[in-house]
Amino acid sequence: MMSTFLVFCLPFLGALVAPALTRRLGHNAAWPLALVPFGIFLHFLGFNAEIARGEVVTGGYAWVPAYNVSFSWLIDGLSLAFLSLISGIGTLIVLYAGGYLKGHPHQGRFFSFILIFMGAMLGLVASDSFLMLFVFWELTSIASFLLIGFDHEREAARRAALQALVVTSGGGLFLLAGLLILWNVTDVTQLSLLLSYGEEVRASPFYLAIFFLILGGAFTKSAQFPFHFWLPNAMEAPTPVSAYLHSATMVKAGVYLLMRLNPVLGGTPAWETVLPALGGLTLLVGGVLAIRQTDLKLMLAYTTVASLGLLVLLTGFGTEKALAAAALYLVAHSLFKGALFMVAGILDHEAGSRDVTRLAGLRRAMPVTFAAAVLAALSMSGLPPFFGFLAKEEVYAALSGGSLRALAFTAAAVVGNGLMIAVAFAVALKPFLGPVVMAPGSRHEAENLHEAPLLLWFGPLALAVKGLAIGIFAGFTHAVLTSPLASAIAGKPETVSASAVPHVGAALVLSLVTLAFGVLVYLGLARARAAAGRLVEDIGWGPDRGFDQAMRGLLAFSVAVTRFVQPGRMGVYMTATFLAIALALLLPPALYGEWPDLPLWPAGVPFHELAIMALALLGVGAVLAANNRLTAILALGIQGFCVAVIFLLFGAPDLAFTQFMVETLSVVILTLVMTRLKLTPRDHRPFGRKIADAAVAIACGLGFSLYLLKVVQGRFDTALTDFFNLYARTIAHGSNVVNVIIVDFRGTDTLGEIAVVMITGLAILSLIRIRKGRAAAGAEREANP
Amino acid sequence: MTELLFVILIGLFFAAAVYLMLSKFLVRVLLGVVLLGNAVNLLLFTAGRILREVPPIIPAGHDVPVALTANPLPQALILTAIVISFSFFAFLLVLVYRAYQDLGTDDANEMRVAEPENTPGPPTGY
Amino acid sequence: MNSLILRTVAPFLTALMLLFSVFVLLRGHNEPGGGFIGGLIAASALAIYGIANGVSAVRKALWFHPMSISAFGLFLACVAGFLSMAFAVPFMTGLWVYPVVLGVEVALSTVMLFDIGVYLVVVGAIISIALAMEGREGEGP
Repeated sequence: MMSTFLVFCLPFLGALVAPALTRRLGHNAAWPLALVPFGIFLHFLGFNAEIARGEVVTGGYAWVPAYNVSFSWLIDGLSLAFLSLISGIGTLIVLYAGGYLKGHPHQGRFFSFILIFMGAMLGLVASDSFLMLFVFWELTSIASFLLIGFDHEREAARRAALQALVVTSGGGLFLLAGLLILWNVTDVTQLSLLLSYGEEVRASPFYLAIFFLILGGAFTKSAQFPFHFWLPNAMEAPTPVSAYLHSATMVKAGVYLLMRLNPVLGGTPAWETVLPALGGLTLLVGGVLAIRQTDLKLMLAYTTVASLGLLVLLTGFGTEKALAAAALYLVAHSLFKGALFMVAGILDHEAGSRDVTRLAGLRRAMPVTFAAAVLAALSMSGLPPFFGFLAKEEVYAALSGGSLRALAFTAAAVVGNGLMIAVAFAVALKPFLGPVVMAPGSRHEAENLHEAPLLLWFGPLALAVKGLAIGIFAGFTHAVLTSPLASAIAGKPETVSASAVPHVGAALVLSLVTLAFGVLVYLGLARARAAAGRLVEDIGWGPDRGFDQAMRGLLAFSVAVTRFVQPGRMGVYMTATFLAIALALLLPPALYGEWPDLPLWPAGVPFHELAIMALALLGVGAVLAANNRLTAILALGIQGFCVAVIFLLFGAPDLAFTQFMVETLSVVILTLVMTRLKLTPRDHRPFGRKIADAAVAIACGLGFSLYLLKVVQGRFDTALTDFFNLYARTIAHGSNVVNVIIVDFRGTDTLGEIAVVMITGLAILSLIRIRKGRAAAGAEREANP
Repeated sequence: MTELLFVILIGLFFAAAVYLMLSKFLVRVLLGVVLLGNAVNLLLFTAGRILREVPPIIPAGHDVPVALTANPLPQALILTAIVISFSFFAFLLVLVYRAYQDLGTDDANEMRVAEPENTPGPPTGY
Repeated sequence: MNSLILRTVAPFLTALMLLFSVFVLLRGHNEPGGGFIGGLIAASALAIYGIANGVSAVRKALWFHPMSISAFGLFLACVAGFLSMAFAVPFMTGLWVYPVVLGVEVALSTVMLFDIGVYLVVVGAIISIALAMEGREGEGP
């Protein structure tokens, strides 16, 4: 268990040392770094026997027990297939990146990002806790963002990176919501436990919510229509990234999730309608858009979209055969598409162009690359005895049937596959056949054109050969890889038995039809391209442009909100604050009907008390109405002294004295400052504004009055007062209870308060000193211009 | 129910303070802050219940107050509050004064050094 | 403020008020008064002196920088708090001694020390504010 845990940590450790290692070894750092994924690959190879027997490997550690989150893994056929693909292809990609980015100043950073992604992806497919799955899910989005934006000096790369991040991690939030509902419905967070709650989940009233939320996550990650647009844009990334993240592994995370949850969520009408329909649509859209492109990577990217559509179609189709087909196609696609991407990268690197119309005749100069390209393309085209053939046969065998639904999907699959065959030929044959054509501005002259170095061709060739080998030894492949994979998807034991030897049947006929269609399109590629281009132009608007519009809209919206919330006018802030205070005071009693009782006018109030209060109000009124500074200061003094007298009259001599002194000092200081400010305190507000402000002010005043009235009408708890009265003399040896409270009972409080007084003094001094310092600096500037 | 007088007085104090603070001229805001301080002090005082002319002082020769005295607790709170609100008032005054010296105005809406009018929106590219 | 009467009276008035402020401070524990009130009275006294005879006269008379007085007050208040630690009682516990000086029993306590600290903080901070305001442009603290 420990060793498996370390294996999951290994890529992150590798990411940590990669930059230093690359600084030392240059591009040759690829060799030691490739040992990381290779070691992981070997580790998981050791699980093959157990998994082939139909067992499941689990393990892990509790992480946040309070939230039921654990770092635990569940390795069954599905996980193992993904783990092997990720680490196996990862090994080749690291080597390929060593050659592809040779001499790049940030190659070390690139290795780091790739390894971080690898760790996240391994964690994603192996996590047992689906909360951890979400964490890794978002981590792959972030790694993808970093890798797409690797050439961050180009705006296109930045835009593509941001787009991928927004779409995939935005989808991740839907996924999180879906998973949380799933957690609520079943009360488990372990995928291994969740599998036994299928019935319960499907019967739950929240089923549709869960279904669509999780679909939102899976479809954005796996670039299903209409979220497909980010994937072609992600081709801004260096080619190793396109080959690894955006064809072989990350984009399959959505498919993985659907396959993983098929036993839980699958089998319902919603599942079997939405998945195949959108998957089929994606297949067709991807195929048509791929034909339209001339850039090798974009062609491949759109066929990846199409292939992902096919995988989703198969996952949702609802038959066991379809699931087996999905398992086969998943493996086949990762191998041939990874290889073809790497071939496209080699062409770009060596011949200086990715434009399929400007490359030709490279077979002599680059025989090994050519071989890899042809092998991969044949697998993609589904010709025997390649693994792609098995997959395609199984697909047709699964889809064909008598019903209208089956016919429709079969037709979609035939058209989509035919288009993909055309693209496969275009990518693998066009650049190599015919007379040599050199792209202008390429880095080599025609005669200097030569085979790519070992680091570059090794990866694609290995993948292409593997695609051939596992097709030939299909029986073994099924036993260790595809049967456990299909079983895990179906949630019950399945045996895959497709063989590489063609056998007569409906599937073979469909295969031949597909091939014929594909070859036809390939021969008329230029015309097909023009037709597809016209079609797209006729539609005009696409989700890619929609993304830009949405981002601009978002920005405009946030600017508008900011301008509204923060207009930079103090009056707005103040009005909002006091309005909120008034509402907080008045709304609750209004809503709950808890107004204070109507009080009676107090009897026997001595005249002098009424007089002093009236005088205080007169002072307040004079402050409001004052038209010049001295009146305002005087009025302020009057109300302050009246408050002091009120304190004196009602048994608070300490307060009265303090208030007297403070008012005296305030008046003195105000006079000193105000005589220097050439200002009038006159009210400059227009009449309407005055009314509005007065309304807010009166609401506040009324609120406080009612609140206070309610308070004094309530019962008064004298516990604290009694305590202080009882112990002021007996314990604290003081007769003035107020003073005893200040300096003894609540001394720590007072300590804080005098510290505040002192800090205010310091703040005022520094405010005045800044002025002096600035004035001195200004004088100096004038003296020495 | 002598408190009723205080309730009315305090409501008017609050209303006047808020009205002053809603002005855009900082001098008026400052006057409002002073009134607000007094209003809050009176609020605390009243919430501790009102009693006439009996300061909370224990007469000589006794260990506890012999008669009913005014509530000492709000008084202790208000006493420190008065001093602190005075420091706060002085700080605000200096702030206004310094702002006036540097910016030549005490109109808060014309003080736009940090947030100039017509700030351009954020960049729209990638 | 140029007034002959004020200038003549100010030193006496200030001295009397300072004396009164100390009186208010010391009797504060048993009668109305205390550190806050005493401090404010002393600050007013010095402010009057400043208005009559100028800021620099007050500074000269004070000897120390007002903020130093304030800081010393805060220090005294803290000492009053921490003294209790030496006697293994909680922070800020009041400690009393009653030495007999010249035949009169004098009550001394950390509480009184604390109140003196409050007095000094208030005097220092508020007089430094007042002097800063009174001081003309350029003639600062």
